[in-house]
Amino acid sequence: MAVKTAKRAATPPVKRDHGLHLLHEMLRIRRFEEKCAELYSAQKIRGFMHLYDGEEAIAVGVMEILQPDDAVVATYREHGQALARGVPMNSIMAEMYGKQEGCSRGRGGSMHLFDAKTRFIGGNAIVGGGLGLALGLGLADKKQGKAHVTACFFGDGAMAEGAFHEVMNLAVLWQVPVMFVLENNQYAMGTALRYSHGETNLARRAGSYGLPAEEVDGMDVLAVEKAAKQAAVAIRAGEGPQFLECRTFRFRAHSMFDAELYRSKDEVDEWRKRDPIPNFIRLLKKGNLVTDEDVNALEHKVAEEIQEAVAFAEAGTLEPVEELTRFVYSERVTS
Amino acid sequence: MSTVAERQMIEITYREAMRDAIRDALKRDERVFLMGEDVGRYGGGFAVTKGLINEFGPERILDTPLSELGFTGAGVGASLGGMRPIVEIMTVNFSLLALDQILNNAASMLHMSGGQFNVPIVIRMATGAGRQLAAQHAHCLEGWYAHIAGIKVVTPATVEDARGMLWTALEDPDPVIIFENPMLYNMKGTVSADAGPVDINRAQVRRPGRDITIITYSYSLFKTLEAAEMLAKEGIEAEVIDLRTLRPLDDETYISSIAKTHRALIVDEGWRSGSISAEIMARIMEQAFYELDTPVQRVCSEEVPMPYPRHLEEAALPQADKIVDAVKRMVR
Repeated sequence: MAVKTAKRAATPPVKRDHGLHLLHEMLRIRRFEEKCAELYSAQKIRGFMHLYDGEEAIAVGVMEILQPDDAVVATYREHGQALARGVPMNSIMAEMYGKQEGCSRGRGGSMHLFDAKTRFIGGNAIVGGGLGLALGLGLADKKQGKAHVTACFFGDGAMAEGAFHEVMNLAVLWQVPVMFVLENNQYAMGTALRYSHGETNLARRAGSYGLPAEEVDGMDVLAVEKAAKQAAVAIRAGEGPQFLECRTFRFRAHSMFDAELYRSKDEVDEWRKRDPIPNFIRLLKKGNLVTDEDVNALEHKVAEEIQEAVAFAEAGTLEPVEELTRFVYSERVTS
Repeated sequence: MSTVAERQMIEITYREAMRDAIRDALKRDERVFLMGEDVGRYGGGFAVTKGLINEFGPERILDTPLSELGFTGAGVGASLGGMRPIVEIMTVNFSLLALDQILNNAASMLHMSGGQFNVPIVIRMATGAGRQLAAQHAHCLEGWYAHIAGIKVVTPATVEDARGMLWTALEDPDPVIIFENPMLYNMKGTVSADAGPVDINRAQVRRPGRDITIITYSYSLFKTLEAAEMLAKEGIEAEVIDLRTLRPLDDETYISSIAKTHRALIVDEGWRSGSISAEIMARIMEQAFYELDTPVQRVCSEEVPMPYPRHLEEAALPQADKIVDAVKRMVR
């Protein structure tokens, strides 16, 4: 990560407002999930829960370039994507609580956040299962002549699935307007890249399907944003699907049931040095773009939002059991 | 579609009925497109879609590579994106490669999104044996699919249903799977030239009778009707019910028939264990136990992977003589 030794004030890496905005978004995710971990221990949140700690720069960088009509397909580690996409924090927290004020009425939980308003098409908890959805969303956009982008997030584990092969081939064949965003956090649950893949250069492998495949530092929000922007411009210009490999690391365990026997503390510590949030703060300070007071103000704002979200979730209501069998079939014709 | 006002009847095959239904759908609604393996340039594995690519072009009759999981997923995504895809899977055995998308996404999305994202996809596939295609092309798994909450499963047996069920399925806001038994493709029947959609929520009595209710669906309907004619010569009048739809099951039609006949036999090309026939038996126990004069019986496929030689395949499947024997044991 060679940070350019450019003259400080002359070429700031980012405008102050935008830098503050990106930092705010990353902090919202980090602090929200810290709260979630606490609430999980307090048994307010149950089921499987997968934290994004360390990977925030990817969701924030990519969402920055999406338009309101674009679509997002994410994985089961999707709190960050949902927050950055603009799904209200209140409704996400209520979903974690299983309350009917949740973004999926409490039916989905942590792994199945959905939001029609922001075209957030899930929390998909089958590894590789979202790839086909994104392909089809892109196909629909292409058929209807809509200049949308569908951003599809998936992990390195998904690249071992047959679905990945099928979808890459079809995406290139049909030239669908989809941005495939690989979040390579080095581990498929507890299995390291080298134990999962014959070819561990995943961008190279993706490129072999015949689409532009870029590698980007997934710990650098500006780098992700820049790469995503280029990809989105190409997609909107009709140049077909684009692939971004974002190299990253999750600092916490895979889920709340993970003793982390498969990796060393040293490895985690090494990656922590590249934590996207403190590094970005350092960069902004170095450019004289923000002060400690700015950061504190953001932290305060985030803490308030989280406090409100928890209060909202706590005050939320449980769906009456009489409604259990709703939403198996549509209640109205939507055609 | 015919613009002739009077109901002109035409004789067509089941295959032509299905093709006409697809053609209608493509003309009626620009959101509709059909995709699958060899549906376009090849003309369809069973020639159902023959010629449609010339009429509608390769964008609407979309040939896919051999990627059942990928293109079924694309169908789910496209339906979420505002299209009305018809996904053709060549046979039910191949659909197992797409089961993740069918069960984990198509059937579950509405529910896990709390009612926000319905999936208006139609999936068509061939099912069933009878052409010596052995153990990987000829199973009858629609009963399995009927186990899945969140989808509808329809099994058109008649030319009229082949013509009308697709329309109804495309109007449905949720996933519908249409199972077509290739043994039916050459069967002829008459339909109205301007045939429209048909109800897919009701079973239908295909032959009235007083002595026993025989419940069946798809190609087995015709073996059952043949058996009913043989029985009639011996003075036994069987009432034959075509389920038409396996999910949701229309309990009312067969339960009210049993209230009249007091006997029930189920004919199902699927395997017996854990099957749709078992489900129907259970419902009869729940809803009509005291109407029965004799235990409910079944004629199903033998529990073997489908064998290749003709004599063994025939022995594995429900046949008219097996149905006759079963009925005679029940009606003494």
